[in-house]
Amino acid sequence: MTSQWQPGTSLPILRQRSRVFAELREFFQQRQVLEVDVPVLASATVTDHNIESIQIRSPMAAGYLQTSPEYFMKRLLAAGSGDIYSLGKAFRDGESGSRHNPEFTLLEWYRCGWDEHQLMGEVADLIATLLPDIAVRRVTYAEVFYQHLQLDPHLAELTTLQRLAVEMGSPAWADESRANCLDLLFSVAVEPKLDAGLVLVYDYPACQAALAKCAEDGQGRKVSRRFEAFLNRVELANGYCELTDAAEQAARFAEDQRLRLESGKAKVAADSRLLAAIQAGLPECAGVALGVDRLLMQMVGVDALDQVMPFSWSRC
Amino acid sequence: MASYSTNDFRSGMKVMLDGDPCSIIENEFVKPGKGQAFNRVKLRNLKTARVLEKTFKSGDSLEAADVVDTDMQYLYSDGDFWYFMEPESFEQHQASEKAVGDALIWLSEQDMCVVTLYNGVPLSVTPPNHVELEIIETDPGLRGDTAQGGSKPAKLVTGAVVKVPLFLDQGEVIRVDTRTGEYQGRVSAK
Repeated sequence: MTSQWQPGTSLPILRQRSRVFAELREFFQQRQVLEVDVPVLASATVTDHNIESIQIRSPMAAGYLQTSPEYFMKRLLAAGSGDIYSLGKAFRDGESGSRHNPEFTLLEWYRCGWDEHQLMGEVADLIATLLPDIAVRRVTYAEVFYQHLQLDPHLAELTTLQRLAVEMGSPAWADESRANCLDLLFSVAVEPKLDAGLVLVYDYPACQAALAKCAEDGQGRKVSRRFEAFLNRVELANGYCELTDAAEQAARFAEDQRLRLESGKAKVAADSRLLAAIQAGLPECAGVALGVDRLLMQMVGVDALDQVMPFSWSRC
Repeated sequence: MASYSTNDFRSGMKVMLDGDPCSIIENEFVKPGKGQAFNRVKLRNLKTARVLEKTFKSGDSLEAADVVDTDMQYLYSDGDFWYFMEPESFEQHQASEKAVGDALIWLSEQDMCVVTLYNGVPLSVTPPNHVELEIIETDPGLRGDTAQGGSKPAKLVTGAVVKVPLFLDQGEVIRVDTRTGEYQGRVSAK
């Protein structure tokens, strides 16, 4: 075990990785988006009940490794930074597998005055600079969900979703929440059947809004202004028309705590500095986070992160 | 019995699912960016040999199945049961025809097999990967055809029928891979 000192990447892939970093920076340089390097270690972290932070117990710098640069970037936006991007490391506890690594490279950027549709366009532009001739398709969550499951994800009864989740997953889903049942059904029955190329799925269910604004869609259903990008059926990026209402933000943090408590997870204090920044005024903006390692995986044509990261966790 | 969490699922682990013992083939960690983590698990039902795919919430657990693979020597069959012995303890186990299953056509007395015990009772039998068996029935050998391709069926002493090269004759002993049922070569002397 200890003798396995070699990296997971081949040298050509290591060079390609370096080239991709350079091309990403070039893309944003040309569009006058400012690179920012924000901390990965901080005293506060996300409250999201589905994301666990790695806790650091040093007496000098107790805190958490950041699961994304989002909170710091939003504080910069509130301070008037204008359009910014970050290309750096993010950490998530308990996430390990062929497409997950506890430490990974995340590209995150924010566009002031944009909505999620403009940002989806830019995601497509970015992918096209790295993968010319890529097919791009935009589709609503409801449309693609209905296509494969013949159900309206926004209006279907919870019991219907639970029954289907039990059928497609296991009995464990019998009393799961709407958001969890939708996630299971989407992962099992929709994601594997998405078109090849880049598929941008938008208007996510309102129960999965996270930090996105909510709105009504053309048919009067409540949806979140959130999108996800799938590259050859692999989840690649997650974006929002960002929530800028401080009271709504505080309410969502409180809801996170309730869900954490309900599922027996440790309480995580809400980031008061982020709330203060939003209170002071987060400009209207859209933001997206993109997994760079997964992007590389698709560019190289392999199906495990281990082959595109110099050292994935199994080698660390 | 102990239980295993999805986080500990490894290929080969034996667990209970819907009352049947299963062997885990594959365990994939899946997590939508903002969603709950889950594990997509491929399992083989050890009773029916059917492969199932289930999705569990990460952290859920399944009861461990009392399934043990044990090296045993095949002794004999009385037509109803097949008898195996643990070489250390000399303890004997009788396996039903269902448990012996496809291994039936490969077993010669005194062969070492892997007998899978479920709650102490033989559930399945895995023959040795390679066996050496005598041909009891085949078309006469074609001399001088040793280099050419082509094959013919040959019935072996245990009842298995395998494809062998044309030059082989009745009475010869051959080596067969029991996992594929393929002829591996001629054994010069038994």
